[in-house]
Amino acid sequence: MATGVKPRVRVPKSASAGEAITIKTLISHQMESGQRKDKEGNIIPRSIINRFTVDFDGENVIDVALEPAISTNPYFEFEATVPASGSFVFTWYDDDGDIYTEEKAITVS
Amino acid sequence: MKRTTLTAIALAMVTGPAMADPDADALVVNGEIEMVTEASAPAHLEGALKTVYSGWRFRSDETQAVQMDDFDNPGMLGVEVALDAWTEVAGTEGESCASCHGSPEEMAGVSATYPKWDAAAGEVQTLTMQMNECRTERMGAEPYAYDKGDAINMTALLTSVSRGMPMSVAIDGPAAETWEMGKELYYTRFGQLELSCANCHEDNYGMMIRADHLSQGQINGFPTYRLKNTKLNGVHSRFKGCIRDTRAETFAPGSPELIALELYVASRSNGLSVEGPSVRN
Repeated sequence: MATGVKPRVRVPKSASAGEAITIKTLISHQMESGQRKDKEGNIIPRSIINRFTVDFDGENVIDVALEPAISTNPYFEFEATVPASGSFVFTWYDDDGDIYTEEKAITVS
Repeated sequence: MKRTTLTAIALAMVTGPAMADPDADALVVNGEIEMVTEASAPAHLEGALKTVYSGWRFRSDETQAVQMDDFDNPGMLGVEVALDAWTEVAGTEGESCASCHGSPEEMAGVSATYPKWDAAAGEVQTLTMQMNECRTERMGAEPYAYDKGDAINMTALLTSVSRGMPMSVAIDGPAAETWEMGKELYYTRFGQLELSCANCHEDNYGMMIRADHLSQGQINGFPTYRLKNTKLNGVHSRFKGCIRDTRAETFAPGSPELIALELYVASRSNGLSVEGPSVRN
């Protein structure tokens, strides 16, 4: 069971039409690989974020599959062009079935 | 051939000083907090140092950049955890940090004055000790383990609201005795390598110690997120690491020796901005 999971997102509040903006995201998550053992020698079960998607007004921007070798607190930075005002929806999928979402609106002038 | 030699000399002149000295970069965090990373040395350092530099100035551009934006600074994750603990009721008295102190922003400037003399306790106290006094005396809660996760996160929260303010640790009056003890420790050679703090951080700062660019060992940036262990590190743990590297038996975090040393080293940073949580390698 993942604890202390907290998504953070940074999107500029405004942009000009067609401008490539930089988006930064980070989710605090232990990303337990499933390869490690505890003091008694038992395998610590895998618990990672396995998928991360970003949509802009229903249209998919990126869709990422995450693997166990990705380190704690996965950070993504990418660029996106914004055609019109709208909102980005960020979604992280946890191994335990939890889904974390965050929404950020952007105004195009 | 002659031309090549001249070019080589010119290159050496350009790159030479850059290897030996702090760089000339300016530290602005989030595009708004302007940090003082270079200041005239406090009066008590006369004869030892003319200028004090933040450790940030000795790091590579890549490492420096991570500290310039709170989103990129992994130390801020610790600050966020402490922000939740700030309002969380702990202990038997039904109190949280917030019930006495309000918002963390009201604590701006507090961390810049620690360690400081506590008249009631009759001793010099570090921020961690003051925090634990609050927890045990007023909240009826268990004290935080010295320099461990909870304590470091809370310290990071308190320094984060003081960022950009100058370090101003008092060394006169009743604190003078502890300060003298700290100074004594700073100049004492320890371990099989017989090294004092001053041998590296006063005599040889700016030089390379194997692959690492030696800073002045200022502690205005603590707690420090270190890329080598991917967590926030406390001052005492860092001291312990340094003393261990001289191949000596170290003092324990929270011991009177390290408290005195923290007071002395903090006073060497007087005038530099509070940077914690900073990012170093």
